[in-house]
Amino acid sequence: MYSEKVMDHFNNPRNMGVIENPSGVGTVGNAKCGDIMRMYLDIDDNGIIQDVKFKTFGCGAAVATSSMATELVKGKTVQEALEVTNKAVMEALDGLPPVKVHCSLLAEEAIHAALWDYAEKNHITIEGLEKPVNDISEKEEEEEY
Amino acid sequence: MSKLIYLDNAATTQVNPQVLNEMLPYFTECYGNPSAIYDFAAEGKQAVDTARKQVADVIGAKPEEIYFTGGGSESDNWALKAAAEAYEQKGKHIITSKIEHHAILHTCEYLEKKGYEITYLDVDADGKIRLEELAAAIREDTILISIMAANNEIGTIQPIAEIGRLAHEKGVLFHTDAVQAYGHIPIQVDEMQIDMLSASGHKCNGPKGIGMLYIRKGVKIRSFIHGGAQERNRRAGTLNVPGIVGFGAAAALAMHTMEERRIKEVSLRDHLIERILNEIPYSRLNGHRNDRLPNNANFCFRFIEGESMLILLDQLGICASSGSACTSGSLDPSHVLLAIGLPHEIAHGSLRLTLSEANTVEEMDFVVDELKKIIERLRSMSPLYEDFIEKNR
Repeated sequence: MYSEKVMDHFNNPRNMGVIENPSGVGTVGNAKCGDIMRMYLDIDDNGIIQDVKFKTFGCGAAVATSSMATELVKGKTVQEALEVTNKAVMEALDGLPPVKVHCSLLAEEAIHAALWDYAEKNHITIEGLEKPVNDISEKEEEEEY
Repeated sequence: MSKLIYLDNAATTQVNPQVLNEMLPYFTECYGNPSAIYDFAAEGKQAVDTARKQVADVIGAKPEEIYFTGGGSESDNWALKAAAEAYEQKGKHIITSKIEHHAILHTCEYLEKKGYEITYLDVDADGKIRLEELAAAIREDTILISIMAANNEIGTIQPIAEIGRLAHEKGVLFHTDAVQAYGHIPIQVDEMQIDMLSASGHKCNGPKGIGMLYIRKGVKIRSFIHGGAQERNRRAGTLNVPGIVGFGAAAALAMHTMEERRIKEVSLRDHLIERILNEIPYSRLNGHRNDRLPNNANFCFRFIEGESMLILLDQLGICASSGSACTSGSLDPSHVLLAIGLPHEIAHGSLRLTLSEANTVEEMDFVVDELKKIIERLRSMSPLYEDFIEKNR
């Protein structure tokens, strides 16, 4: 079902973990549909992403797309990171089954959410970055217990 | 360990080698069409008669009340659609439950589009319907009650005899989808007042592509597959002789070994359940603790998602299944897990292990040991677990 690259990133996820006091952190997705991604960014004074970590609740594709997304933004500028699209993530993984395309969208949104948090914390505007709509905090109250 | 550990017997079972041996002559030697007149076809016809009796004996039915079909889904479709049509004059109301197999639920949705009204009974936290709710749902225009004997996901066994009694008191037909239960737990159609029953060959060590519908004598439902006069004019199509012979052999075997298998499977199942609940934190058993299929264990592990678990188990040669959205092909997790009241987030982390008598305690121990590592690993990656630990620090 999955490409070798997807399986490799699922079995050996890159940059999995947490950054203490991150420059930006974003969580997207919701437990209801079964995927949650959290992305931590460490951005230096020159706007370069020095480190990135992720945590993901989800299927094999969700883990693999998070892992690949961290690789694609690491060492990049904020602007370059903004240009990492879901398509780029998918291509880097040699494709995803059609029902899993939403996982790559979530990975793109996770990066955007973390960048948004960074921009807010530093009172700056990142050109081309919109407020993430898929943030978990907005959906939490809808969860049924 | 590179050996395959097959724990998905609710999906399908291995054809018993003895069953296969009984089937083989009907492919290349006695391949005559049992509907033919000549002597060459007689042996096939005889074999079908024997198989029909073997399949009937398991549920205490008469051979002439067994109609062979292409499988469990066809049987379910036939029972519901044909009963709806046949009893249309009496009414257009059908009662079923929220945890039925999709062969029932999707057929009900189809009937709703045709103007029938369906009541979907809720189930309790263990997955059992409430008899008082069923009694209250029966109306003047109710023509059919269809409640599964045992659930395919969580294994819960329904109070079939009580449902049959209620149905008959009110003069309503009772159909049960016994695809998971047939040959695994005792079912007697007379005692339990069952009017129609669906079963499938491949869930009890028979071949795939063969099933049956038991139709009590006097229940007037028409043919579903039109064509030739096979199955007493009720199910057209050249008889699948090897399949029928295999189903018969598997049924006979299942009947004779039922108690012995039950004891062995329950002991393996309970070992698995006890170890998992004791050794894996934030785990729960889904389905009734005791009134469940002997071979079914179904768990939820909080903070993780089912498909990831299945991939990691698969890499160790362990075949299992899950009710997570990612494995169902939709965005929602299993309708059964939602019906027993689990929130989506927990339902996504489900794991179904359905064993067979061929499994061993060593295999169960290996699975639990590996599962502990897998769950620990997935939780270390889970933002939900991170939040949970943070909150409870």
